[in-house]
Amino acid sequence: MTYLLKGETGDWEVVIGLEVHAQVLTNSKLFSGASAAFGAAPNSQVSPVDAGMPGMLPVINKECVTKAVLTGLGLNAKINNVSVFERKNYFYPDLPQGYQISQYQHPIVGNGEIEIDLADGTVKKIGVERLHLEQDAGKSLHDQHPQKSFVDLNRSGNPLMEIVSKPDMRSPEEAGAYVTKLRAIVRYLGTCDGNMDEGSMRCDVNVSVRKPGAELGTRCEIKNVNSVRFVQQAIEYEARRQIEVIEGGGKIVQETRLFDTKQGTTRSMRSKEDAHDYRYFPDPDLLPLVVNDNTIAEIKKTMPELPDAKKHRFIKDLGLSVQDASVLVQERDRAIFFEKAAQGHDAKLVANWLTTELLGALNKAEKELKDSPIKAADLGALVGLISDNTISGRIAKEVFAEMFATGKSPGMIVEEKGLKQVTDTGAIEKVVAEVLAENPDKVAEFKGGKDKLFGFFVGAVMKKSGGKANPGIVNDLLKKKLEQ
Amino acid sequence: MTKLTDLTIAGALDGLRKKEFTAVEIVDAHIKGAEAARHLNCFITETFDSAREQAKAADERYAKGVALPLDGIPIAMKDLFCTEGVQTTAASRILEGFKPPYESTVSGNLKKDGTISLGKANLDEFAMGSSNTTSGYGNVINPWKRKGDNKDLVPGGSSGGSAAAVSARMAMGATGTDTGGSIRQPAAFCGIAGIKPTYGRCSRFGIVAFASSLDQAGPFARNTEDCALLLKSMAGWDPKDSTSVNTPVPDYTAQLNAGVKGLKIGVPKEYRVEGTNPEIIAMWDKGVQMLKDAGAEIVNVSLPHTAYALQTYYVIAPAECSSNLARYDGVRFGKRVEGDNLIDTYENTRAAGFGKEVRRRILIGTYVLSAGYYDAYYNKARKVRKLIWQDFVEAYKKCDVLLTPTAPTPAFAIGENTQDPVTMYLNDIFTIPASMAGMPGMALPIGLSNDGLPLGLQLIGKPFDEETIFRVAQSLEKAAAFTAVPQNIVGKAA
Repeated sequence: MTYLLKGETGDWEVVIGLEVHAQVLTNSKLFSGASAAFGAAPNSQVSPVDAGMPGMLPVINKECVTKAVLTGLGLNAKINNVSVFERKNYFYPDLPQGYQISQYQHPIVGNGEIEIDLADGTVKKIGVERLHLEQDAGKSLHDQHPQKSFVDLNRSGNPLMEIVSKPDMRSPEEAGAYVTKLRAIVRYLGTCDGNMDEGSMRCDVNVSVRKPGAELGTRCEIKNVNSVRFVQQAIEYEARRQIEVIEGGGKIVQETRLFDTKQGTTRSMRSKEDAHDYRYFPDPDLLPLVVNDNTIAEIKKTMPELPDAKKHRFIKDLGLSVQDASVLVQERDRAIFFEKAAQGHDAKLVANWLTTELLGALNKAEKELKDSPIKAADLGALVGLISDNTISGRIAKEVFAEMFATGKSPGMIVEEKGLKQVTDTGAIEKVVAEVLAENPDKVAEFKGGKDKLFGFFVGAVMKKSGGKANPGIVNDLLKKKLEQ
Repeated sequence: MTKLTDLTIAGALDGLRKKEFTAVEIVDAHIKGAEAARHLNCFITETFDSAREQAKAADERYAKGVALPLDGIPIAMKDLFCTEGVQTTAASRILEGFKPPYESTVSGNLKKDGTISLGKANLDEFAMGSSNTTSGYGNVINPWKRKGDNKDLVPGGSSGGSAAAVSARMAMGATGTDTGGSIRQPAAFCGIAGIKPTYGRCSRFGIVAFASSLDQAGPFARNTEDCALLLKSMAGWDPKDSTSVNTPVPDYTAQLNAGVKGLKIGVPKEYRVEGTNPEIIAMWDKGVQMLKDAGAEIVNVSLPHTAYALQTYYVIAPAECSSNLARYDGVRFGKRVEGDNLIDTYENTRAAGFGKEVRRRILIGTYVLSAGYYDAYYNKARKVRKLIWQDFVEAYKKCDVLLTPTAPTPAFAIGENTQDPVTMYLNDIFTIPASMAGMPGMALPIGLSNDGLPLGLQLIGKPFDEETIFRVAQSLEKAAAFTAVPQNIVGKAA
């Protein structure tokens, strides 16, 4: 399904690449022992290293290296045995050292790729160019005082992984799916909490447009876009803007732009001419970072099953549809919930109940899966009751609503409310006889050829039995009686 | 009995242990000396009161028999070492009033071993200079004078205050840092001993950075044994400095008197540089003879890339300094000169806070790292640096230690050598190659020039083999029997 934008001169293709900054999930910062936790009082988590005090030296946090390698493995990427920290030099009050320690020519992780899942059920591979470690800057606060700007250094030195994609995306949907998948991967790995609203995952979006099949156009970079929805909005707006400029006879200038979340527009921040000369050079305070193959192998052993692998297993081994499997693996919690619920039960049916009923109900109640009143085992048990004909699908919905409201187990609800399905042929036969006796005219019509009335009889029997009669038995008996 | 201020560290420790005098007496004598020679401007910040307190505590430990290895020894601390709660300026006005909330590892090690700091010694601003005339707190004056000439001479730099203080008997020892010769050249100019150990031997944590890949701390003292005692205390692996090396620190005094028999002393031909003072060349020849007489084997070696070391250094060191000094922006500590906007404030602050030489090096460094110039300058310099290192590795296949001059001239007068910066930079021509290669180097006094100034030689050793340097230095020291004392110790007022 190709996404093309119509312009006055014909169709345009959008080319998108993403740089995602993901904060490494660690207790302390990349080069100091200060806490990297979110939300503390301003400047309460700042060591002399983070404040760029004279004579202070960075010391690499091993945990960050381990998690960067783990993330690299999760992106099916090449781990580089030797990587180099360099200094990116520029002046700003929230950059205490006057340089950011980052990786430039020699990142810790090289080429990789991930699969993204699209709404039409197709899967696309998106290349990852590199992942490198770098320290975050502090935060400038311009809205606290009419004349002054304040600086909060809590974030200064926080560990970030910058994950750079190849320009492989062609639509807002693909970009959204990429961010969603990336977030799922780091959450599965436990290397980043993926909370975009807290800024622990931020995106820079590179957008250009071209006529299908033409050379790549000039790109603009939209900085710091902080939700999947905004990423998609920003791309849509920016692509339209670029098409208008080009079709109006203008040229796209390579520049950095900002996304205005209120207006849904992008505006110029600085052009390439104003770009800093960062004067990168290897940080002489840090030796080249060496991660040998043994260490990589050790880290690999700790790798959990990732969303794509899980998805393939769900499809292949459990017979789920691509759609269901994709939805289930999107969040790690969801996949875990599913596997627990499906234990010993009909997996397809469990997937159905989870994706449509439970997620729907949670969504309506504005609750997260982790706060679900229905526990995984109980959802499985409910499906079990359907499978072994204890209750019908219709009754199951009733039981489900009760479970959601009270948190009780399905077995208890069925017992308490006497909802157990009637499979006693004698009892059903009795009801069937009653229904037929009560509707002699309909029986006559049916026998006269009005086949459609069969559904009426089924409904009447079910109603009379309080919905508990086993629908299969009802069908069989009705057929037998009516054909006599 | 020897005057307390003429004692060596080893001699003082011996006397303290035998209760011949007290730490309070020693510290008082040195404080008196420092007060009498204030005109030399050795200290930016004096810490005499706390020194007296510490001396009392040291005496109590001696009385209880729990004295520390260097208990009661008065030293001067180069004002590049951050000292907790004590003003640390790096001799720059931009750090005036800055009191670090932390202690450098090296100064902490010395403190832990009982040394007593009398104050923060003057230096070239941010350790950039070879004459201690770039300090924001005034020039340091060399306690030595030329015969029949009253002109004030420079003590060398950058660790000029440290070297002058030890030479002038204000302190028994001092800390220095050496980036391209900042310990060895002032030691030579002031007629004392000083060693820059192997890069990675001492922690750089808490030392105000000049050029991180070159900066290394080391001690000054009046003889080899005292340098060995101080280095033992200063050195060691520090997890807070990723470039410090985790290798054991030997007892440097253990092999001190083992002699030089069986050792091969390399004499590099490239160090016979044109323009070098002939007296220094003669002193070098004399040093070679002394070691030969003591039983060492002399071998001629070649360090072919020596001639490129200076140029390479003046690319690498400014490049690193341009980045290291970016943090002095007036935002969080030190001086701030407000402007109309952020850029203005940066410019005002840095223009007012940095002296001319520091500004010059920041500009050079910014230039050589700039897009379009990076490969031609910085990257090329890194490649040449590797070749310089390779030179030493090759030379050490033939010898154990190299013997060279330390500086091309004896101390010069304040104001000389300032016509252009390059003349000044040439002062470090013999010390820079070892710095570029990370090799340990030691300067020690051998004799006096015709006009009465100390002349010294340099020993350059294998990585982490300071022990052999000390061994050879001890042998040279015995042969040279340098006992001259500077004239200009007591101020005119005293």
